[in-house]
Amino acid sequence: MMRLIGRRLLISILILFLVSILVFVATLLLPGDPARAILGQQATPERLAALREQMGLTDPVWLRYLHWFGGLFVGDLGTSTSAGAPVTEVIGARIGNSLVLMVIAAVIAVPVGLVVGTYSALRRGKATDHVFTGISLVLAALPEFVVGIILITLFSTTVFAILPSVTMAAPGHPVWEVPSQLVLPILTLVLVVTPYMVRMMRATMIEVLDSGWVEMARLKGVPERQVIMRHAVPHALGTVAQVIAMQLAWLAGGIVVVEFLFRYPGVGAAMVDAVTNRDVQVVQALSLLIAGVYVVVNLLADVVGIVTNPKLRREESR
Amino acid sequence: MSELTESDPRPDTAAGAGAKMFGSPGTVALRADGLKITSTAGKEILHGVSFNLVAGKIRGLVGESGSGKTTAGLACMGHFRAGLLNTGGSVALYRDGEVLEVLSLNDAGQRKLRGGSISYVPQDPSLSLNPAMRVGEQIMEVLRIHRPEDSERDRRGRITEVLAEVGLRNDKAYQRRYPHQLSGGQQQRIGIAMAFACRPAVMILDEPTTGLDVTTQAMVLKTIGELTRRHAVASLYITHDLAVVAELADDVTVMLRGDVVEDGPAKQVLYSPQHAYTRRLIRAVPDLAGRHRIGEVNAVTGAHPIVTAAGPIVDAAHPIVDAAGTGPGAPQGPASGSEPVSGTRAGERAGRHALPVPHDAAPATDNLLNATGIRLNYGPAQVLDGVDLHLGVGESLMLLGESGSGKTTLARCLAGLNDRYQGNVSLSGTQLQPGARQRSITERQRIQYVFQSPFSSLNPRRTIGESVAVPLQMAGQDSGRQQRAKVLEVLDQVKLGAGYIDRRPGELSGGERQRAAIARALVNAPSVLVCDEVTSALDVSVQAAIIDLLRTLQVETGMAMLFVTHNIALARHISQRMAVLQKGRIVDVGPTDDVLDHPQSDYTRELITNVPTL
Amino acid sequence: MIGTETKTQTIQETKAPPGLLRRMLAQRQGKIGVVLAGVVVLVAFLGPVLMTLITGYTSTEFVGRPFQHDGVFGTDNLGRDILSRFLDGGLQLVIYAALATLLGMALGAAAGMLAAYQGGWLDGIIMRGNDVLLAIPQLVFALLAITVLGPQGWVLVVVIGITHAPRIARVARSATLAVITEDYVAAAQMYAVPRWKILLREVLPNITGPLMVELGLRMTYSIGAIASLSFLGLGLQPPTADWGLMINENRIALIIQPWGVVLPVLAIAVLTVGTNLITDSLARASAHLNVKDTK
Repeated sequence: MMRLIGRRLLISILILFLVSILVFVATLLLPGDPARAILGQQATPERLAALREQMGLTDPVWLRYLHWFGGLFVGDLGTSTSAGAPVTEVIGARIGNSLVLMVIAAVIAVPVGLVVGTYSALRRGKATDHVFTGISLVLAALPEFVVGIILITLFSTTVFAILPSVTMAAPGHPVWEVPSQLVLPILTLVLVVTPYMVRMMRATMIEVLDSGWVEMARLKGVPERQVIMRHAVPHALGTVAQVIAMQLAWLAGGIVVVEFLFRYPGVGAAMVDAVTNRDVQVVQALSLLIAGVYVVVNLLADVVGIVTNPKLRREESR
Repeated sequence: MSELTESDPRPDTAAGAGAKMFGSPGTVALRADGLKITSTAGKEILHGVSFNLVAGKIRGLVGESGSGKTTAGLACMGHFRAGLLNTGGSVALYRDGEVLEVLSLNDAGQRKLRGGSISYVPQDPSLSLNPAMRVGEQIMEVLRIHRPEDSERDRRGRITEVLAEVGLRNDKAYQRRYPHQLSGGQQQRIGIAMAFACRPAVMILDEPTTGLDVTTQAMVLKTIGELTRRHAVASLYITHDLAVVAELADDVTVMLRGDVVEDGPAKQVLYSPQHAYTRRLIRAVPDLAGRHRIGEVNAVTGAHPIVTAAGPIVDAAHPIVDAAGTGPGAPQGPASGSEPVSGTRAGERAGRHALPVPHDAAPATDNLLNATGIRLNYGPAQVLDGVDLHLGVGESLMLLGESGSGKTTLARCLAGLNDRYQGNVSLSGTQLQPGARQRSITERQRIQYVFQSPFSSLNPRRTIGESVAVPLQMAGQDSGRQQRAKVLEVLDQVKLGAGYIDRRPGELSGGERQRAAIARALVNAPSVLVCDEVTSALDVSVQAAIIDLLRTLQVETGMAMLFVTHNIALARHISQRMAVLQKGRIVDVGPTDDVLDHPQSDYTRELITNVPTL
Repeated sequence: MIGTETKTQTIQETKAPPGLLRRMLAQRQGKIGVVLAGVVVLVAFLGPVLMTLITGYTSTEFVGRPFQHDGVFGTDNLGRDILSRFLDGGLQLVIYAALATLLGMALGAAAGMLAAYQGGWLDGIIMRGNDVLLAIPQLVFALLAITVLGPQGWVLVVVIGITHAPRIARVARSATLAVITEDYVAAAQMYAVPRWKILLREVLPNITGPLMVELGLRMTYSIGAIASLSFLGLGLQPPTADWGLMINENRIALIIQPWGVVLPVLAIAVLTVGTNLITDSLARASAHLNVKDTK
């Protein structure tokens, strides 16, 4: 089992490494001259040359990659061209803000998704099942900014003006000092992420409830509660863990739109600003950071899958 | 074989003697009366099924697929699968002098019975045991539910005891195994142990030996028989296998499409059946002795001709079979010499039994297909370990082997479906390339292969006509019109007829599909037909019809046939010679009668002893 | 006697299943989905033609002061007619989303089928490449590409298509893996049918179910992704009329002039809900078609 997990870990590291190359190479394709972009059209050739030298733009590509990659480990993510400050300074404080959103959304969404999905499966074909299935089908279809706008329309403008539609924390103060401004962003994320979990949990539970061993458990006289909790749910969890991981990892990307919508001071909003300003170093760093979250969450899901499956079969999820 | 050694710790009879018994032997323990079950779509599945189960006796519930036998068995426990409704009838359980109406009990009441007084042994233990629970724990679960008054220690003792009773190891380490760490036979015995743990009054066994080797099957059947009689359990043994019923059951109930058509003591039902269906069913069961005919076909070795010796090497370009009578080359061998191949079937059948019986049909000179030193391994697993096999012109050879013997692998090597083997395969003296793609068109046409499952071998998205025409298209010798004519002809040959040409597999029954698959193999008029377990996915009556068809085709076309099977009982019905494959080695080979009457290897002897017979 | 087998079983034969699309439409939610998506697509296609006839204004014409209630739905943040912009704002979204989806399907299905059929090192390379692409969330990947290549139409199509591909490839691969173990594929091999023909004739028709479901799902996501990028100001650029862009431009005045936001939000919501209903119905319909044919 440890070998399997070790293997998964190695693969994850390899993937992150390849992602870093991809991200780096992508920025090489950038047309134009970063030095000129920083200094503007009026810069003298001497100053441009000096800055290029300073930024290492004259080095061969592989050396620049190694320099950049090595910098990741010592917290040197380069310089933001638009802010004129180190990237770590630009995004550092925002990471915490984004994590608050993601973690709270996950803590709400996962149990709700599992419970509603299981309940729906147990009431298969009944009215409550149809209601949950219908709602999750509709919500799953909506892009996150549409969900967010609808929530803003309902709760902070036209219908009930009870919650703030944008984040208004004074700079330097943590966002959670005003909890009400967290409600809508988190609710948006939860509403976008939960429907998939509900649908997958329901589908998986239905499959498991139809399995031979669940029928056998019933034919052994096992009480229904025990059939579900002991024979059905653990099996469903192994499968659904993958979906949960995908959804949680999706949160890492989903916060981009949600933060932009609510003007929330997190890495997502920083990403949009950086793209708008073509601030390459920041985009690189944030892409890698978000990919890192994605890979780690997926790794955890695989570990859950391996631990809950006594067969420890060769990995099938990939 | 390991099954045998693990039965060592089996305790003597005294171990179970102190246990309490429900009912005394001979009294009725369960009575099902007029059971009616309807699907939610409104179709009636059971039309009023009645039977009773007697303590200490086994009732065989026999039927082909779709007869509703499993549904009836589960109804005894008040369990109806999703989409099924109980619309009538009753199930009465007689216990300690009181009568319990199983179907009128509430959920809690039924739950109390299930696994306690009435227990169930499932068909496929690999699906019915919880893969994430240790096997000891799964038995423990039943005991915790139905023996709440016992101490944990008593329960542990009972697990140890019941594991021994079913002939398994019963140490702690074994109890801590997961289902996937056990063989199929061991899993099935865990299922039986679980069912038997609470000393039930009634046991419902749903085809518990399907998929097991005959030797393992014999062990499991013996265990079931002993447990039933020693502890006066009333058992219902659901199966499609009449031979098993003959070995095991005291009484037999025969079902056909939701109705009981015959019911009575086993001897009477099996040996002097009253209902036409039962008679037909029994007639279709192949038997090792080859005493009777299955389908239209006589036991082969006894009174059947061999197409052999001077039979022509069939040229792919000139198919010898032509229903229209225009085919250029009718076979001139001794078997067909006395009658025209393209003659009417009735005439042929009448004449067939009158033909003389040739003897051993394998003089080395007329070897059509020759395989020497075939070896194949997947990593450390040696699947084929130096197999030599030859097949004469027009000869029918049975390749017998149990699961894991390598028989399908061998068949696939010969057909070029598996090109990873070492060794030599030659056809009419020419060495063949390993893979079908590397062989010449003529070579590919001359060896044809029919797959085990007709549910998998035909593309569901293409019509029968399209599928059958593929070999012709790849040969590229015929125009579209000629191809269609040949397809029609061959569909007629397998008795499907022109009406099937534009149908898709989904519209066909299993037997019809297998005929279509055979038609695809025949369309290029092969000289060797490799049939890989072609009847194992089919009901016994359909099996008889397919065997009949294959024999008829073989006589008509003069092709040689390699019939791969796990079912030794078919031997005398299909083959003149047989080879027994065990763990990648041929352990017995020779004329069918010789092998069956004087087996050379212990393995063959054991197979012959363990195979259930009617 | 046994010969009656054929006859009795013919009676029990099942009717040939109707096609996937027909069975999708046979479901109520399938019908609703087609109607919802159909209406929005109709608006998107006819809108640009009809807008001047209905409102008298083009979508980029300034007709008055910002956020007024002139005309049917008033004016937007720059004083353009909201209805005109709405009618003109869906076509590019729908077309780009469709192109991105088709690109993703073509790449993904080809890669997935090839990986499953060939196996070995090719499978390894394709699937590892998938993992790398999957590690970057779709939107982040798109942002990365836009940073480098700028917010242009073809960039949106290509980048969304490419990010769909590995997800579709996974589905195509596992569906193909299930199919190639079937004996009819082995039979085609045995008859030396060319490999491309096997993929095209034996495999592809038998994985259309999962692929159609994937097509619907990816279409929903494409619409969402392109609209999201426009909403972020990184997709279609002003002064183009576009629903995502309209929401971004007008949301500051949600209280005084909601139509500039409400109309495009409704359109996008109805469209994606429609495609998702279609997808779900397709999934139900194909569940009965592509499951292994057993007795």
